[in-house]
Amino acid sequence: MADIFQPVAARPAPIATEGLMPWIKRNLFTSWKNSLVTLLMLGLVAYLLPGFVQWGAINAVFSAHADACQAARGIGACWGVVTEKWRLIIFGRYPFEQQWRPEIATLVMVTGLVLSCIRAFWSMWLLALWAGVLAVFFTLMGGGVFGLEPVRTDLWGGLPLTVMLATLSIFCAFPLAVLVALGRRSNLPAIRTLCIIYIELIRGVPLISVLFMASFMFPLFMPQGTSIDVLVRVLVGITLFAAAYMAEIVRGGLQAIPKGQLEAADTLGLSYWQTQRKIVLPQALAMVVPSMMNNFISIFKDTSLVTIVSLYELTGAHGLALNSDVNWRPFKIEAYIFIIAIYFVFCFAMSRYSLWVEKQVNVSKAR
Amino acid sequence: MSEPAPNKKRQWSLRSRAARGLIYQLIALIVIAGAVWFLAFNTQKNMEARGIQSGFDFLGQTAGFDIGETVIAYDPSETYGKALWVGVLNTLRVAVVGIVLTTIIGVLIGIGRFSHNALVRGFCYGYVELFRNVPILLQLLMWYLLFVEVLPPSQAAWNLADLFFLSKGGVSMPWPVWVNGHFWVGAGLLAGIAATLYYRRWAQQQFELSGRDRNRWALPLAATLLLMLAGWVAGGAPRQWSLPEQLPFMVDGGISATPEFMAVLIGLALYTAAFIAEVVRSGIDSVSHGQVEAAGALGLSKRQKMRLVILPQALRVIIPPMTNQFLNLTKNSSLAVAIGYPDVVSIANTTLNQSGRAVECIAIIMVVYLSTSLSTSALMNAYNKRMAIKER
Repeated sequence: MADIFQPVAARPAPIATEGLMPWIKRNLFTSWKNSLVTLLMLGLVAYLLPGFVQWGAINAVFSAHADACQAARGIGACWGVVTEKWRLIIFGRYPFEQQWRPEIATLVMVTGLVLSCIRAFWSMWLLALWAGVLAVFFTLMGGGVFGLEPVRTDLWGGLPLTVMLATLSIFCAFPLAVLVALGRRSNLPAIRTLCIIYIELIRGVPLISVLFMASFMFPLFMPQGTSIDVLVRVLVGITLFAAAYMAEIVRGGLQAIPKGQLEAADTLGLSYWQTQRKIVLPQALAMVVPSMMNNFISIFKDTSLVTIVSLYELTGAHGLALNSDVNWRPFKIEAYIFIIAIYFVFCFAMSRYSLWVEKQVNVSKAR
Repeated sequence: MSEPAPNKKRQWSLRSRAARGLIYQLIALIVIAGAVWFLAFNTQKNMEARGIQSGFDFLGQTAGFDIGETVIAYDPSETYGKALWVGVLNTLRVAVVGIVLTTIIGVLIGIGRFSHNALVRGFCYGYVELFRNVPILLQLLMWYLLFVEVLPPSQAAWNLADLFFLSKGGVSMPWPVWVNGHFWVGAGLLAGIAATLYYRRWAQQQFELSGRDRNRWALPLAATLLLMLAGWVAGGAPRQWSLPEQLPFMVDGGISATPEFMAVLIGLALYTAAFIAEVVRSGIDSVSHGQVEAAGALGLSKRQKMRLVILPQALRVIIPPMTNQFLNLTKNSSLAVAIGYPDVVSIANTTLNQSGRAVECIAIIMVVYLSTSLSTSALMNAYNKRMAIKER
């Protein structure tokens, strides 16, 4: 006798797993330990936040009155120092009435950087674009043509200098880095040794010693009577420094190319340079774009060191603006926060972009 | 009916790969040697023209400047050589303490990125992004400024239970007065470490033989502490502490650190920790999730999963970049010059300005950092070679 089919009673609908409340439960209160941590952290925020808001916004002075700032000292921030000094901080010692020039020059360069990040623009035209950008930048900054008043390079400073040093040194470092990386993987012992010495030498010393060298020793290196602008010397120093690090990144990409591809290229009769140019480099470079981006971020941050050899980029301009001004000197911290915000915006944007590129690279890998 | 293959030409030709290789190398060597000769020649001419002396004889001359903080005894009547050595020791001091501190913070933050608690995750993410996207120089300047502006003067230092003092003059805390009895504590520690190593090897053997897994932390740790305690008792139980106390104009006694040292230490440790956190995170991320699930299916506990499955594989990914970060920290300590901590760069800079020996002073800085980096780099490359994927 067959059993009569009895359907099982329907199970209750699952408890909601989407939405705010389930998320909070899943992420903040899974166990008593977890809940304790959550409460502790919330308590800490509740304890600290009001003080910060009081200091940073409610009691803060936004107008450029040194006396009002003095009065609020200790209880409120003095953002007035930024209102008062921002032009000096951002443009350094550049002549005041000419400051529209670095403004436009920086805008042009940043636009160039942003355009280079967009995939649709990745073509040979980009090189032409950059030739244009650099020409515009240096014409505007240096002047002397088209009726622009000439401005000596030792008056350049602030953000334009930071952006220019980072961009230009990366541009110059890139070809050098590719050559050195290829050299380090070469079969020719002399060339390999030279490249290894260069890379390890530079990577073994801090940037500041390279900058000291650029500023103290470079003048001794040159034939008598020639003098090279300190900006160029520092640029050469940063370029040589950046190239060594970048060469190691490129080498990482080169190592990842399977040997079989090189053997196949040999079999097809391609020469060494043809193999590198048509087969190895396109793959290797695409692979290392994210690390390259990170290298760019670190060079961007490292340009702050040129302030130690007396170039007034963003960090140096801060000291320039405040160290000699008795009225505003007590409010250095607020001005530092301003600069930190500028650096953060630039670097954070670049690191987000680097993540995006990494995803793009991985898309082609995932088949 | 095939024709015999033509004899291989054994002629030497310019078109052969070997010959071209030789020529390229020769050209490269000549160019580099020429450049070096050109620079050296110019330097010599310039130095003659400007009347700059050269050579390392100045190292034996009297330095004449004082150094704010020293590890070994030093006074201004001693030589430049001694002053530079003091600088090297100061660099090493901040680097070693910084590396320990940054590893602890970095690993905690890195593991925090995997927390079940969203607030902890968010905090760790915010920390990493904030600290690694701001130049280290700016951070050092900021910490120094906080130390000398925000803290109270040393006449009225912040005081925690009369043991810890914090002021513009720096940090002070209690420190045991060194007596010979402490020697036995050190001996106890060494004995504890030896016993720990022996015990762990034995435990590993037992584990491989029987599969019984013993706790390898609690017991050795307790044994080591006990041995140290025994050493302390054997040494006559010295109990004398040097306590810091508030004097009218300063805090005296105990062990103290200057604000310069603290600013460099905190700045370097927090900055590098952000990078180490990323290294740790990517290392743990690199172990595929399937392995963790497989370990769970085999019945390994959470701790065993971490110790036996995740860590051994993650460490392979973590250790090389971690070493790089330690080197970076050491190299970044050169920025101490910006806030006046007397590290080797700062002292070499003073020496340079006093003696005018630019080439020699910069060479000294470079050699100091190079010798640290190259020795580590050699180890790293050997490790990398061992770990690289083998091909034909």
